[in-house]
Parts: sequence; C-alpha cells; structure tokens
Amino acid sequence: MEKILEVNDLHVTFSTFGGTVQAVRGVSFDLHKGETLAIVGESGCGKSVTSNAIMRLIPDPPGKISNGTIEFKGKDLTQFSQKAMRSIRGVDISMIFQDPMTALNPTLTIGTQLVEGLMEHRKTSRAEAKERALEMMNLVGIPNPEERFKQYPHQFSGGMRQRIVIAIALICEPELLIADEPTTALDVTIQAQILELFETIQEQTGVSIILITHDLGVVAKIADRIVVMYAGKIIEEGTRKEIFYHPEHPYTKGLLKSVPRLDIKGANLIPIDGTPPDLFSPPQGCPFTARCSMAMEVCDKVYPLQTELSDTHKVDCWLQDDRAEQLVAQAADKT
Amino acid sequence: MLGYILKRFAVMVVTLWIIITLTFVLMVTLPGSPLNEERTTNETVQANLEAHYNLDEPYYIQYLLYIKSIVTFDFGPSIKQPTETVNDLLGRGFPISFELGMATIIVAVISGIILGIFAALKHNGIIDYLAMTIAVLGISIPNFVLATLLIQTLAVYWNILPAATWSSPVHMIMPTIALATGPMAIIARLTRSTMLEVLTQDYIKMARAKGLKPWKIIIKHALKNALMPVVTIMGTLLAGILTGTFVIEQIFGIPGMGKYFVESINQRDYPVIMGTTVFYSAFLIVMLFLVDIAYGFLDPRIKLHTKGGD
Repeated sequence: MEKILEVNDLHVTFSTFGGTVQAVRGVSFDLHKGETLAIVGESGCGKSVTSNAIMRLIPDPPGKISNGTIEFKGKDLTQFSQKAMRSIRGVDISMIFQDPMTALNPTLTIGTQLVEGLMEHRKTSRAEAKERALEMMNLVGIPNPEERFKQYPHQFSGGMRQRIVIAIALICEPELLIADEPTTALDVTIQAQILELFETIQEQTGVSIILITHDLGVVAKIADRIVVMYAGKIIEEGTRKEIFYHPEHPYTKGLLKSVPRLDIKGANLIPIDGTPPDLFSPPQGCPFTARCSMAMEVCDKVYPLQTELSDTHKVDCWLQDDRAEQLVAQAADKT
Repeated sequence: MLGYILKRFAVMVVTLWIIITLTFVLMVTLPGSPLNEERTTNETVQANLEAHYNLDEPYYIQYLLYIKSIVTFDFGPSIKQPTETVNDLLGRGFPISFELGMATIIVAVISGIILGIFAALKHNGIIDYLAMTIAVLGISIPNFVLATLLIQTLAVYWNILPAATWSSPVHMIMPTIALATGPMAIIARLTRSTMLEVLTQDYIKMARAKGLKPWKIIIKHALKNALMPVVTIMGTLLAGILTGTFVIEQIFGIPGMGKYFVESINQRDYPVIMGTTVFYSAFLIVMLFLVDIAYGFLDPRIKLHTKGGD
C-alpha cells in the first residue's frame, strides 16, 4: 500500500514562563492510503499536539516543532511556509474537532461555512459550491439539505452539527482526515452513528483517517492500526488485533483493563494508579516506570529500545529484553 | 418583529413621558422665571406677559399645555427670543449637532475597532502596548481638556486648523477629535478584549484548518462575534457623545442644539428647555432602539420578536 503520511522523530516543545514543556518527544509513525490509524492515550500525552503539528496549527510562539519531519506524499510539511500550508489545509488534509457545539461559528449560516473552503481553494462560484455542499450534506445524512443550508448552527443538534463539521472537512475531497476526539462530546447513541458515518465515508472516498481518542471502544470499532502514546512518546503500536489481544506494554495492558466490559460478568475496572510525569522535565528512563507494577531498575535509568514483535507490532519496553524474564523470575522467587 | 417594534414603541412613549414630567418638575422648582430680570417692569405688563405665556395658570394646567405642545410638536415661540419659535431653533441647531455627532460616532467606531483588532492580533507586542496607551489616555482625558489642548496646539501654536465656528469640513476636525477620543478608547479596549477571547474559540481554529486567509478569518469569523459587546455599549456611548456635544459646542462656538439647550436653562426659557430636552431624549431613545435591532443582525441567536427581547 502507498504511504500517504510519514512522521519521523517529531519533537514539539512549548516555551512557558515555567520552562519548556516537551509535549511530543520523538514520535514516528506512518499511515497508508485508505487506512484508519488510531492514536490512543490519556489527556496530556501529546496526541492532539501531534495532530496539530501535522496541520501546522501549533501557535508559534509558544509552540515549536523543534525536530523531526512530517512527510505528506513525499513533501516535508515542517519546511512549508504558513502560506503554503494554507493550500494543504482543508484541501489535502482536513481536521475535525472535538466539540461540535463550539467548532461552528454561531454567527454564520451552515451554508456559508460549508462553501467557504471550496470557494477559497477551488475558486468555484457560490452556486457550484452550494450544489457540492448539498451533495455533502446528503452524504453525511442531513435531511432537507436545501432548507438546512440556510440555517444557523444553533438550529442543529450536537450530532447534526458534528455531521456538518465532517461535511465541511470532506468538501474539498482531502486525502487525509484528522479527527481529534470526534465523538467525545456526543451521546453514546450518536457516537455509534458518527463512527458508522466515518466507515461509510472511507468506503466511498478512500480517505485515510487519523483518529485521536482516549476511548478504546471507539478504536475497537473502526481502527485498522493503533498507536499508543504516553508522555509524548509512542510506547506501543500494532494492528487492532495485536493491541487488543496481545498488548505487551504494561501501560497498554492497564488501559485495556480500565475499559468497562459488559461481556464478562463481575469484571472489575482496574484503574492505573498515579499520574503521568511532568513534561517540563521528563524522566530519562521509561516515563511509565513510576506507575508500572513490573518496573525494574533499568526502566528508571534508560529508555527502552524498540522491539519488533512482528512487522506491524512494535513496543518500547524492557520487559521484551531477553534478560527481563530471568529478572522477573528472580523477583518472583524472592517473594 | 412588528410586535416587537410596537412593544418597544409603547415603552419609548412611556419613557419619554417620564422624562417630560421630570423635566417639568425640575423646571418649575428652579428659582426664577423667564420674565423676572434685573430691570423692573410695570406690574400690568408683567401680568400680561405671564398671561401671554400661560405662566399665571396653575402648574397642572401648564403641565397639560406642555404635553399638548409636545404631542402636536409645536413648542411655540421662545420666551427670550420672541421672534423665533422653538421649532426654528431646533431646525437650525439640530443638523449641525447631528453632523458633529455622526462624524464622532463614525470616527470613534472605525478607529476604535481597528485599534482594538491590531492590539489583539499583536497581543503583548509593541502595537498592543501603544494602542492601549492611547486608549488609557483617551479614557482618562476629559473631552473639554482635550479640546482646549487641541486649540492651543493646532490652532494657536501651529495655526493649521481654525480654532472655532462651523463653516467648512476643516472646522469639523478638532471638535470631532475631541469628542471621539473617549468613545474610541472605550471601543478599542473592548474590541481588544473580546477579540482576544474570540480568537481562542474552536471555530477560529476550524476556519484556520479550512485554509482560509488570515484577514478573511479576522473579518468574517472573528469580528462579527467580537462586535457584540461593542454594540451593547453603543447606547451608553451615544448618550455620552450627546451630552459631550453640549460642552464641545460651547468650546468651539458651534451653533448647534447644545448651545440653545444650555442657554435656555440659564435663562429659564421654558419652551426651549422643553423642546430641546424632548428632542434630545427622543433622539437618544430611537438610537438605542436601532442599537437593539442591530443585535439581531449580528447574532442570529438573538430573536427580537420572542420574549425577553427587551
């Protein structure tokens, strides 16, 4: 499959009065055409910063892409000027935001907000743009598009607004869609509908999707591959099957245990104790050490090397080292 | 919408009636009358004069006569300048005051908004500090002080602008600057703070994610939202500009309505007091109404015809 996006050793920092926050610390992943990649992690792990970095929407200052490359169809976006990025945004790469209640401008009609991207980039007339907009509204499942076109955001429900946001994102037929927590602000029933909409759209347009979420239920439904982020690093990545059935990193295991399950009777939720490290001064070793029940001395001192468990399944954890098994056995003997 | 306008109209009439009544009460409780002057007049003449202007009637009759004059919009002749009616004075003074007021509003709103936008876009930069210094100065310096400073520098020292009167557009420059600086400063500060807030909203980020040009995002997406609070204080600013014209017209010797208003009170010229007060009040009330209508155009979520519109 053709690679559409290749992120290499991406570092993003934010300068504040209190010091420099290292929000993203060497993230590398790639995305193939027509694929859905989920970036999973808890709040503050750098998943949204990563997606904003791809769109070059990080406010500079204080934010800065301090290292790494973002290659979109062979071109490095980190070298683009803001002006050049404008011809990429909305056209080649689109973005969907978390809260549909605030993502639409309350003072402009839905129609205006739908057509403006198209008119800006494709230089179409308003009439042509409207036709295309109505088509898109149909595609995302808005009834009476002709009438709805003239209405304002406050006349739409949350789910309908998110459909509009999706229609806006897709109107210029982008090749990559970045969805930042697209279902978090919605009711569960609406969530399912929106996820189905993503699947239909991907079938019809072949768009590649980066889905950013902390909800593993969402991931299980539509992701092809999963990247797990923790404290600004990717600690494990693999196909959906690999991550859900053979998680190797203790953090990934912990995440999966903390998802409520309906299929196992009497299953308890097991939260991960503690909080992620302070990214003003990230630990030199594995950032999960302090919360990890399997932590070894080495974990605190040296960041683990990446282990490739298969072509697709990679994990950053010392437990994958050959010597770890002996250590764990020794520890078990002592107790 | 029609229902709303009718309701607003009724409220306006009541407001105006309260203003008229209060003005009347204040007017008759003020010591002195338009007819008592230093020189002594014959008692019969005095009585005849009072009878001519209905000043010998009991207060409630006088009050009713005033109400009648307002309803018919015929305030009668001025007591002090018997050759002219109050309507003549208004007709001559109002266009001049209106010109000054409008020039002030236009200058204040446009320059205030532009200053506010630049300050917000260059947040905590040199332009921001400069704009906000101008704004603080504008709010702190009263318009009459600014007016005299302007006359002293621009007219007396450098002699580039005429010091007084109202005969050409050049004459408008100094009074307009003096009157507009205060409101401009208030609008600039308000625009800056709301703009800063609006710029952090998700829909602005979304507009950027669409790849729109920065100026288009500012004008189309941010400004309309940032202007709401500015529209809200427009009513207060209008009242301020209106009362400001009294002073500014005096300083620059502008023959507007303000002059007659101030003079009429000093001279107890009852019909002129009534006429100017009613005219000013009615004008302000109508302007406030227009401001409220403007809300609906800026923000579609505000519906004027539903309850709570006023």
